[in-house]
Amino acid sequence: MLAVQRMRQNPLDKLFVRIQTHFTAKATGWQIRRGTEMAKKLIKPILDTRRGVLQKMAVGAGALAGASAMPGLMRYAQAQSSEPIKIGFQCHKTGIGAAYGRWYERTSDAAVARINDMGGINGRPVELVIEDDGTDPKRGAEVLEKFAKQSNCDVAFGTLFSHVVIGSAPTAGELKLPYFVVSEGHHVASGMLNRYTLQPGITDVRSQVIAMAPFVADNLGKKVTMIFPDFAFGHDHRDYFSAAIKEQGGEVIEMIAIPPTETSFTKYFPKIPRETEVIYHVMVGPAVLTFVKEMGEFFGSNKPEIFGFIDSLEAVDINSPGLEFLEGTYFWEGNPRYAQADQTSFDKNYREAVGVNDQGSSVTDSSDISTYAHMFGCWETLNVIKKGMESCDYKGPDDRPALIEAVEAMTDMPASDDHPQGTKEFNGKTHQAFGHQYISQVKDKKLNVVHTTPIEAGYYPDEVDYTKQPF
Amino acid sequence: MDFGPYLLLASLEGAVMAAVLALTAVGLSIVFGVMRVVNVAHGEFFMLGAVFAWWVASWAVGHPAIGFVLALVLAPILVGLIASAADMIVLKRVEYDPERTIVATIGLLYIIQQVTLMTFGPEARPVQPPFNQRLALPWFEFGENGFEIIWPWGLGTTSYKLFVIAAAIAILLAVWALMSRTKLGLYMRATQLDRQMAQAFGINVERVYVSVFGFGAGLAALGAVLIVPIQQAHYLMGGDPLLLSFIVVIIGGLGSLSGTVVAAVLIGMSDGVISMFFSPTLAKILSTLLVAFILIFRPQGLFGKRAA
Repeated sequence: MLAVQRMRQNPLDKLFVRIQTHFTAKATGWQIRRGTEMAKKLIKPILDTRRGVLQKMAVGAGALAGASAMPGLMRYAQAQSSEPIKIGFQCHKTGIGAAYGRWYERTSDAAVARINDMGGINGRPVELVIEDDGTDPKRGAEVLEKFAKQSNCDVAFGTLFSHVVIGSAPTAGELKLPYFVVSEGHHVASGMLNRYTLQPGITDVRSQVIAMAPFVADNLGKKVTMIFPDFAFGHDHRDYFSAAIKEQGGEVIEMIAIPPTETSFTKYFPKIPRETEVIYHVMVGPAVLTFVKEMGEFFGSNKPEIFGFIDSLEAVDINSPGLEFLEGTYFWEGNPRYAQADQTSFDKNYREAVGVNDQGSSVTDSSDISTYAHMFGCWETLNVIKKGMESCDYKGPDDRPALIEAVEAMTDMPASDDHPQGTKEFNGKTHQAFGHQYISQVKDKKLNVVHTTPIEAGYYPDEVDYTKQPF
Repeated sequence: MDFGPYLLLASLEGAVMAAVLALTAVGLSIVFGVMRVVNVAHGEFFMLGAVFAWWVASWAVGHPAIGFVLALVLAPILVGLIASAADMIVLKRVEYDPERTIVATIGLLYIIQQVTLMTFGPEARPVQPPFNQRLALPWFEFGENGFEIIWPWGLGTTSYKLFVIAAAIAILLAVWALMSRTKLGLYMRATQLDRQMAQAFGINVERVYVSVFGFGAGLAALGAVLIVPIQQAHYLMGGDPLLLSFIVVIIGGLGSLSGTVVAAVLIGMSDGVISMFFSPTLAKILSTLLVAFILIFRPQGLFGKRAA
């Protein structure tokens, strides 16, 4: 029996087992006695040898065991006042939101660097703890738990996709972890979530579409066909735009819902009725370029008016082959991708800090198009967190309720380097910010802003008063 | 849209899907037929094909057609080599044991997917089609003036989509010729019929296995290169083709080439038509239901031979 087993074991297995037993036995014994500094000295020469990955793994495990054997040592070593404020960043690094995640991360890094350059928050440096949520609600909730229990973050921040926000917010409420989202969805202001969830850096879909509807009805047409992604974010568009266009004397004659993971779209377009005057499209996911391209192929030269949310084109080059038909069509933009003639100094500074050129792409790679219409929300939210922490003199997790109260007390957020997208009004009761919306037209393969809505155009009656909920 | 033009458009979309699906599923079917290996990583070889196509096309200069043709040649070869290596390094070591190969190919699936994520990244990237004219299609109706030809709104396709259908047919014919007219095909069929007997007749079964595994993966990659100018390369794109290929292979009969092609056309066309008239979800529900019925009432598949 033994002989058979020995014969089956191949050389690689043997090597692995040998390395494992050698290092786990040796490393744990030594390091627990001598502390992490010693461990680092030990690891260094070993890492430099050729045996590589397997050894790193084994030694890493040993070092971890060593470090966790001495809890508190790191903590006391540092003066309390200089300990960084940790912001857990729930990032769509992978999954259908990956393009947004990449730019949300760059923007947040730039915002944090700026805050630290200005002296941090309450004299303490700020540190982003980044975790990938895979654009998945279940993983999102786990990530929040990790922030609260494992990495000891002060607040959580960052998410865009509405299903991840909706899936994570209950966990934030249970853990009593302030959760600042940059999501656009109406779920915050609708009262669906809880007191610990706030959206101070970006406007919500309901506000966007009611500000937008008069422009569509007055300039493009009254009979609208809507194409939207089939999840919470798309449903906000469906519900609030159809109500808003009705108020303007128009109507939605067909609604086409498409799963956000879909990769081929031609099969949905024949549902567009012939009497359609305006196509209203908003799409997300990795296949948005295919979506817009196939829409162009479907219509050919004979197309209705087209009004899209820039989501359908975020991170996509408007000069891509097949998108020529977009010339003359309109887009909502949360923040204009192309630097406009009347660009503010705030927008200029913000672009420079994040590394975005006047065409809205990365300064180092012009084919890497930003998600410019959304990512400003990260920058602004981080500045709101800073301001909130400063006004409540935030010291640590015990002050979390005070932080939320401090943000709830905010109202005016004037356009500034902290708020480069423009002036905002924050509603502390609904935890939602309101701001300007931009409508751009594609002209000479560039997006030119043709209309800016006033902030009041996006107001609607409060649906919730979170300040009445207990902490 | 009226029923007639709508149906025509649905059939065209279905045909493109069926074409790519046929290539992918035939790859899976050959691997199963000859090697008796259920290759769960097949969808990832499809994805790798698309990713390599993007990679090759982005290196090539000049007209997009140059990059595309290079991709059409190089991507399947590269993927085939990777698959052959996987066969030698992994599948051979587990002695092609049915259970262990399933687990091993699941492992391959994750390795390929995550390595792609780490290198290629999470974005969807487009490949330019070599040519892409929009072709408006006419339709006829009997109106007030008698027989009339009209050009309905939205009824059209692109020259590239027609090319995908034609190319898939040509490749399938070539595969058929390879299997039935060449010595390599003879070896494959002999190994499929009886592995030990083939070995007794001096066929190097190990080498046949290596080439079959690479060939099957190469076919999936070829399907992906054809579809990538329409759909874009993305690291998660292997899931759907894998599921549909399994459905097709089960319906067509495991290891039966003609059955696989017929089932691919059936599933591809019905998916196109049903998802246009009703919903894509219903199309998936129906094809999965069909699989269930086939497994109950005709476990060997439509064209499969009952196992001895």
